[in-house]
Amino acid sequence: MPLLATADEVDNLTAAYSEDGKYYTEDDVPTYSVDEDGTVDWPTYSGFRRYHSECHVCHGPEGEGSTYAPALKVSAIDMDYYDFVDVVTNGRKRVGAAENSVMPGFGENPNVMCYLDDIYVYLKARGADVVPRGRPGKKQPKNEIIREDENACLGT
Amino acid sequence: MKKLMLLTSGIALCAGLAYANDDLVSQMADSKQWAIQTGDYKNQRYSELNQINAENVGDLQVAWTFSTGVLRGHEGSPLVVNDVMYVHTPFPNIVYALDLKNEGKIIWKYEPKQDPDVIPVMCCDTVNRGVAYAEGKIFLHQADTKIVALDAASGDVIWEAQNGDAAIGETNTATVLPVKDKIIVGISGGEFGVRGSVTAYNINTGEREWRAYSMGPDSDILVNPETTTHLGTPVGENSGTNTWEGDQWMIGGGTTWGWYSADMEENLVYYGTGNPSTWNPAQRPGDNRWSMTIMARDIDTGEAKWFYQMTPHDEWDYDGINEMILTEQEIDGEQRKLLTHFDRNGLGYTMDRVTGELLVAEKFDPVVNWTTGVDMDPASDTYGRPAVVAQYSTEQNGEDVNSTGICPAALGTKDQQPAAYSPKTEMFYVPTNHVCMDYEPFRVSYTAGQPYVGATLAMYPAPDSHGGMGNFIAWDNVAGEIKWSIPEKFSVWSGALATAGDVVFYGTLEGHLKAVHSETGEELYRFKTPSGIIGNVMTYESDGKQYVGILSGVGGWAGIGLAAGLTNPNDGLGAVGGYAALSDYTALGGQLTVFALPN
Repeated sequence: MPLLATADEVDNLTAAYSEDGKYYTEDDVPTYSVDEDGTVDWPTYSGFRRYHSECHVCHGPEGEGSTYAPALKVSAIDMDYYDFVDVVTNGRKRVGAAENSVMPGFGENPNVMCYLDDIYVYLKARGADVVPRGRPGKKQPKNEIIREDENACLGT
Repeated sequence: MKKLMLLTSGIALCAGLAYANDDLVSQMADSKQWAIQTGDYKNQRYSELNQINAENVGDLQVAWTFSTGVLRGHEGSPLVVNDVMYVHTPFPNIVYALDLKNEGKIIWKYEPKQDPDVIPVMCCDTVNRGVAYAEGKIFLHQADTKIVALDAASGDVIWEAQNGDAAIGETNTATVLPVKDKIIVGISGGEFGVRGSVTAYNINTGEREWRAYSMGPDSDILVNPETTTHLGTPVGENSGTNTWEGDQWMIGGGTTWGWYSADMEENLVYYGTGNPSTWNPAQRPGDNRWSMTIMARDIDTGEAKWFYQMTPHDEWDYDGINEMILTEQEIDGEQRKLLTHFDRNGLGYTMDRVTGELLVAEKFDPVVNWTTGVDMDPASDTYGRPAVVAQYSTEQNGEDVNSTGICPAALGTKDQQPAAYSPKTEMFYVPTNHVCMDYEPFRVSYTAGQPYVGATLAMYPAPDSHGGMGNFIAWDNVAGEIKWSIPEKFSVWSGALATAGDVVFYGTLEGHLKAVHSETGEELYRFKTPSGIIGNVMTYESDGKQYVGILSGVGGWAGIGLAAGLTNPNDGLGAVGGYAALSDYTALGGQLTVFALPN
């Protein structure tokens, strides 16, 4: 399975450090944090909410995929972070005889772009099976810096 | 009579005396044909054919099949007119004309050129609920909102009209209604902040004749403030703006993607409007008129005769677009012209379709819990309003609060999948969802052409019930009671068909075509088709033989939530796999299966 191979080659999952309540790998790629008691970092929780507002009507609940759109919990692990960001921002088309699959570009949609890293880390946590289906139970609080960044991004 | 007049009066007098689609009216009256998606103008989905009946339906066999060549969700049904079958597909919206006299040979195929960029702005799969027929033309309303009139004999394009703009999220999934000299069309895009409207085009030229928005100034929503009524009271001036804050009505939703019915005597067309956008009720204070509304409009002018807003200030995405089924029945000792509607909000409404009087409003699934019921006292200040239960009010609980255990879920106790009515039993046969939800609204900002949702949802089978996600019920619209109910593992997402043979047909998401007895619900026949069924059952007669047809091809709203299975958060975190995933039962694939009795 390429899924595990990719994850093993470069550790794209394990958090190496945190900054202002957000977690990053050694390569400075955003990732999740889940404590032993199941407490998730705020961005993972935020990603759960935003995913189920913006993404799930095509990609199914909890990144599981639908009859016509891929399971993003797999894509978030299979794909390089920068490729993931590129597809969400600019979209992608796979249109042919057997496939009519079109991912729109969300580059101008603040409801997606302001939470892109949150959605990404939530999906990675789902793909790594460290966050179960359903609403994450315990979460770290939303800190002031995250709140300020959010307001600045949304322009509110 | 009209036919006779046509023969004697000549074409010159046509315009005044007879309408272009008297042809459709006579085809609908002939039970050998299936000339309109809804069975007839009344949306009864009832056939007088009785060769296949409760005694022999158990012997049903597959007569022939046809692959549509398209994956993804197949809603709607084929039409049959004069031994030609017209089959449509989801995007790219291919239309095939099949020769029933020649083993289904393809007479013509029409494939429109559409920009695939329309695909992702369709909220929930690329479904299309079928073509319409009138006066030798086939009408296709494409995903990108282009309406095309095709020559039914050749497939040649006669006219085209553009109804909306996919770049701002305006799309189409619905069929059109040919009535008199018009084609009545709706629009989708409530999750993209589209302002809903209904538009009439000339049946022969494609010229636009009127457009009625769901909200906005009186001149946009085509009301007469003095004579258009809501539960018997004139709506007054500015009714389409004065229950909105600021300009929110301009992106107010209330789209019109359901079914349309018509009463030619009253000269009225009936339909329902969808949810107000966004899904975050805190962002749109007020009743948000006229979203979530049953509408009766004059066919010629579009002017509204009456409205009834079922769910003022929606807090759950309970679109009001489901079909309006027209019947003539006795109620309280009086013969009346009725309209029956099974709403997403879980209430079955029976109304006087001439006056817009509300007669019955009862839950058609006992688990519905967001309301204790509708105020039926005309003298009351809250006449006609549902009493909202505070615990399940996403408005009262507020932004960023997760309201749990709301029944039904956003997809409703019933979605667009149309019910059937048998005049023989005076019962309605209703495909339903048995799904509940958690709903957390939060603030979103609007960008043209981008999703504008503003809520997080989790859906799961109704707790403390049979564990399945659907029921197929028989309903008495006068008493407001369920007569019988068949539990189903998955939501029933297929339109029903009732026949004079005392048989009711429907499809299941696993892919079964089922036949049950119209009196008892006893299962008489089932056959597993190649893919899950979200299409509608139809019947026709050719060469003296009755056939039953159904499109398979899983997808649509059902394919989103159910493909991976749903979890029940009440079972505790990590309880996965308690409920079956649809992907364990079926896979994609568009196919028509036609059944008949053995020779």
